Amino acid sequence: MPRISVEVDGVPYEDDVEPRLLLVHYLRDRLGKVGTPIGCDTTNCGACTVLVDGLSVKSCAMLAVQADGRQITTVEGLGLDGERHPMQRAFHEAHALQCGYCTPGMIMASIDLLRENADPSDEEIREGLEGNLCRCTGYQNIVRAVRDAATEMRRRPEREVAP
Amino acid sequence: MTEVGAPRKRSEDDRLVTGRTRWTDNIQPQGALHVAFLRSPHAHARIEGVDVTEARRRPGVVAVLTGADFAAEQGSLPCAWPVTEDIRIPDHPPMAVEEVRYVGEPVACVVARDRYAAVDALEEIDVDYAPLPAVVDMERAVQGDGGLVHESLGTNESFTWVFENGDMDAAMRDAPVVIERRYVQQRLIPTAMEPRAVLCVPEGDDFTLYSATQIPHILRLMLAVVTEIPEHRIRVVAPDVGGGFGSKLQVYGEEVLCLLLARRLGRPVKWTESRSEGNMTTHHGRDQIQRLTLAADRDGRIRGLKVDLLADMGAYLMLVTPGIPILGAFMFNGIYKMDAYSFTCRGIFTTKTPTDAYRGAGRPEATYAIERLMDELAVELDLDPIEVRRRNWIRHEEFPYETIAGLTYDSGNYEAATDKALALFEYDKLRAEQADRRERNDPVQLGIGTSTFTEMCGLAPSRVLGSLSYGAGGWEHAAVRVLPSGKVEVVTGSSPHGQGHETAWAQIAADRLGVPFEDVKVLHGDTAVSPKGMDTYGSRSLAVGGVALYNACDKVVDKARRLAAHLLEAGEQDLEFSGGRFSVRGVSEEGRTLQEVVTAAFAAHDLPDGMEPSVDADATFDPENFSFPHGTHLCAAEVDTETGMVRLRSYVAVDDVGKVVNPLIVEGQVHGGLAQGIAQALYEEAVYDAEGNLTTTTMADYLVPSAADLPEFTTDRTETPATSNPLGVKGVGEAGTIASTPAVVNAVVDALRPFGVDDVPMPCSPERVWRTLRDARGKAAGQGSGTQPGAGGGLGSVGGAQ
Amino acid sequence: MIPAQFEYVRPSSLDEAVTALAEAGEDAKVLAGGQSLMPLLRLRLAYPDALVDLDRIDALREIRDEGDALVIGAMATHHQVFRDPLVNEHAPLIVEATATVADPAVRHRGTFGGSMAHADPAADLPAVAVALDAVFLARSVRGERAIPAAEFFVDWMTSALEPDELLTGVRVPKLGPGWGVHYEKFRRTAQAWSIVGVACALRRDDGAVAEARIGLTNMGPVPVRASAAEDAIRGRPATAEAFREAAGAAAEGASPPTDLHGSAEYREHLARVLTARAMAAAAAV
Repeated sequence: MPRISVEVDGVPYEDDVEPRLLLVHYLRDRLGKVGTPIGCDTTNCGACTVLVDGLSVKSCAMLAVQADGRQITTVEGLGLDGERHPMQRAFHEAHALQCGYCTPGMIMASIDLLRENADPSDEEIREGLEGNLCRCTGYQNIVRAVRDAATEMRRRPEREVAP
Repeated sequence: MTEVGAPRKRSEDDRLVTGRTRWTDNIQPQGALHVAFLRSPHAHARIEGVDVTEARRRPGVVAVLTGADFAAEQGSLPCAWPVTEDIRIPDHPPMAVEEVRYVGEPVACVVARDRYAAVDALEEIDVDYAPLPAVVDMERAVQGDGGLVHESLGTNESFTWVFENGDMDAAMRDAPVVIERRYVQQRLIPTAMEPRAVLCVPEGDDFTLYSATQIPHILRLMLAVVTEIPEHRIRVVAPDVGGGFGSKLQVYGEEVLCLLLARRLGRPVKWTESRSEGNMTTHHGRDQIQRLTLAADRDGRIRGLKVDLLADMGAYLMLVTPGIPILGAFMFNGIYKMDAYSFTCRGIFTTKTPTDAYRGAGRPEATYAIERLMDELAVELDLDPIEVRRRNWIRHEEFPYETIAGLTYDSGNYEAATDKALALFEYDKLRAEQADRRERNDPVQLGIGTSTFTEMCGLAPSRVLGSLSYGAGGWEHAAVRVLPSGKVEVVTGSSPHGQGHETAWAQIAADRLGVPFEDVKVLHGDTAVSPKGMDTYGSRSLAVGGVALYNACDKVVDKARRLAAHLLEAGEQDLEFSGGRFSVRGVSEEGRTLQEVVTAAFAAHDLPDGMEPSVDADATFDPENFSFPHGTHLCAAEVDTETGMVRLRSYVAVDDVGKVVNPLIVEGQVHGGLAQGIAQALYEEAVYDAEGNLTTTTMADYLVPSAADLPEFTTDRTETPATSNPLGVKGVGEAGTIASTPAVVNAVVDALRPFGVDDVPMPCSPERVWRTLRDARGKAAGQGSGTQPGAGGGLGSVGGAQ
Repeated sequence: MIPAQFEYVRPSSLDEAVTALAEAGEDAKVLAGGQSLMPLLRLRLAYPDALVDLDRIDALREIRDEGDALVIGAMATHHQVFRDPLVNEHAPLIVEATATVADPAVRHRGTFGGSMAHADPAADLPAVAVALDAVFLARSVRGERAIPAAEFFVDWMTSALEPDELLTGVRVPKLGPGWGVHYEKFRRTAQAWSIVGVACALRRDDGAVAEARIGLTNMGPVPVRASAAEDAIRGRPATAEAFREAAGAAAEGASPPTDLHGSAEYREHLARVLTARAMAAAAAV
């Protein structure tokens, strides 16, 4: 079995993994990091989105063995000194979640979106989140949350908005 | 501060935005075994034999069991709604024993040390099937043409349910306008984002079953009935549940089987559904063929409406399968007055996944029919669609109004909602643009769709349910405990899965008890914590459960008042309660806060004679009537006549859901409802091929819309309080879904009207729109019509094995 | 769902990779970005014995200028290609099509070469490669060879690569001055596969169309060139009317599938409509 070393939310891990083990199962079943859920088999829903070396990735479409040597950030690793990340706060303030199952992936994808474009239009937000499905909100408040978070994040120092 | 009516940010959010959630699959007890189900790849077949020898030899495999192994203990999954006395309810074993009747039905399972080992061993199970005819087409099935789903029943018809009121012959006789239509409500897959999951933990003779369910209380009772494990030995927990939309209002075979496996093996047993497995096996929604006849006078006044439905039950009757189309029986008349109404529904078996509740459950289908017909009537009479509705709807001064379907609408103001919607929509301006595009022969045409809907929700008055042969009541329960420190625990029998009860219930309790919002904790979703309840569905939580809480709070205040009077040496009638404090009327400095009263009750040193040392109370509320939210939705759609692509340009929803506890939550419910209703109109459809294979098993083929596919909604409200409950609230959970589907399709058809189009089947996919348009143009030019596209392709049918 | 078991090899150089692939045998698969392969593995629609993961071969991610052509390394991600200055300057049609591939997260992992080698006719980039007459560079222990786009896509999900061959890169001829480009993608929802896509590059000379290159997505088991439409527009004035007329021939020779999202007949119709639109957009008319 290949051995991998990977950093997840700031904590280094070394593990022997079966090659076929999905990254999301590694996170959930091996590391107990169940904050990242699974919503489909086909990379469509985006619920399992995490950041790998800073870029959004669907953790159901990547093998744990491929994460060897990489840095992973999940929704559990967001925020600084016990403070919520501005994106997490914006989702709460804008009522951008209901059941909350898509929320971890939606937040990670939204953070990635703002890394690419710090001041997106509504249309750019909608297109940027096309890979993350939500069944509860009709997306309207999600778009609002991302817009609000963008405004807030542009005002803040880098370290406070880093994922 | 007044909490009720305030846009409180939700208490639920913090754990959800940080990933500190308790989804069922997140609960990982030491030693838990994982279950994987082998599922039928055939729509219909006899099981001739199952060989599990090889599978049992696989490493890590603890048990491999077939339907025959469970036959003595698995019972039959319940149908709680036998809608007629002579309804045919077939046996429904949780795991198939002799015959499979839909693709995805479980035939065997593997229990292993982890999910990977369990899934691997499935491939080693050898099942010998003798295929039987698939029964896919409802209209053929009803003729008995092409085989029977249940041979022993001798028919594919489960029931015929009839309702008639008024003199239909008179209404139809010599009617100047008669409109006949056939509309198809396509089959939908509810697609809650959290797939189903079950974990059953045995503790001696007791079992705790965690499930992604909407109905922990009903599920507990039904598990006891099905398995004969005594009810008090079963605890059901619905932890964080990631959406339901009706799909988790069910007693599923996997829930029963996990319980039986935990008993058999003495270890925690867990099953988590994959999406492609769920698309095949989590119940589906809608699936009706509607034949409709509307008779009207020349001035647009409706004389009568005849409804003849075929409703696809799928292969079995599940918890409320037959009742779903019957819920629609009371809604086909919509907000309109008419002289006669008849409704006939036949429930038909097919070899497909069973249908059951999906957001709206019977009412979207009915609302679609009447709101589409109203647009057709407008065209027939060359009237504006708003005007034809005005001429028929119940005027605000006519409430309460007994409808032709036998319901009493308690309140409403259709005029106000419509006026507001028209103003927000800029109706006249869009009509002008539409005329201009028609004039210019613009390849992109503009259509405007209207839906002036109502619905019946807040399920439900128990006596009405009884009269409809439902197996239980429709009350809801709440308990309020004021802790010695003055903090408050609210227990509700309603079981949220995204609706925000923890926030809204705390708002109600804070107001009624005069305590800070932050001092209230809402407990739910665990039969050990919340002993009584009827759970969450049918937009019932607030209108039934919220009222139970309201009443329980009043009982607490009454109890506390007695003790406060005793402590203040005053008469109870002389006390007033305000801001969480009792005081002697006119002497406000003399008083006791609720907390002081509760502390006194806890100490119990000085209580009135006969008073127990507690002010806690519970209440059960059984509504006398449904609640009837209504609203006016307007949709503008651009239709590319060259490609058939539909793009929604604007959408205005003015809803009247009565008094509002939390406007933020209400608006969110409307947004989400709109998205699902629009998705039925434009995108979603569960497609079966001729052999009964579901071809939309993945999200690559079953098209749930993303943010990029939906427009920005304009929402607003009017507020006509419900008179049937002291909060004045109506349900909101399903309204958006019910209203929006016909608004969108009306808009699409309106755009194509000049070409002679009077219907586009749902979902209005680009190809369907293009074909409809081409056929209409061909007809105009005297040519024949083409055929609709068939199914197949994509990731498509990935087979029954999981 | 969960993939079946497989062996896993992660070579760190191209030489190691071709050796590994040769040793792994016929039932091995190359793992590039995995964004198409992983769902197939999870649904157990593919059962490779072994995966040869190219992720750590940095040389395969290079995008380099070779004078009259660019060579895009097979492992360059969509994300990388989209932002690459060379591709933006010399192959803007690739940039346009890449922007429509799946979603941002998938584009972070998915690769240019992986998308080509997967040879899915519903994928967007193969039609672009066909339109641009790209050349596919393959390597095995037996040596190197160059495969023209017209020969690379053999059948549905089947490329001309031998089991022991790796796609190392794609040589894309630069478009000179005077070219306009457009990728017209038609799908039911933002994430759905193309029902039809039209990749178009068009060179204007004065007011007329000097040359057009048109590749069609999902119009058959392999991406196809709309040669009849290309011929029909050559020398014609760059007007919407001329484009519409020429596009009438867009579906000639194509054999589109009928599936859940569109019939063959509808696809042929779309190919005509969308080709006219793609040409008009490419010509900025």
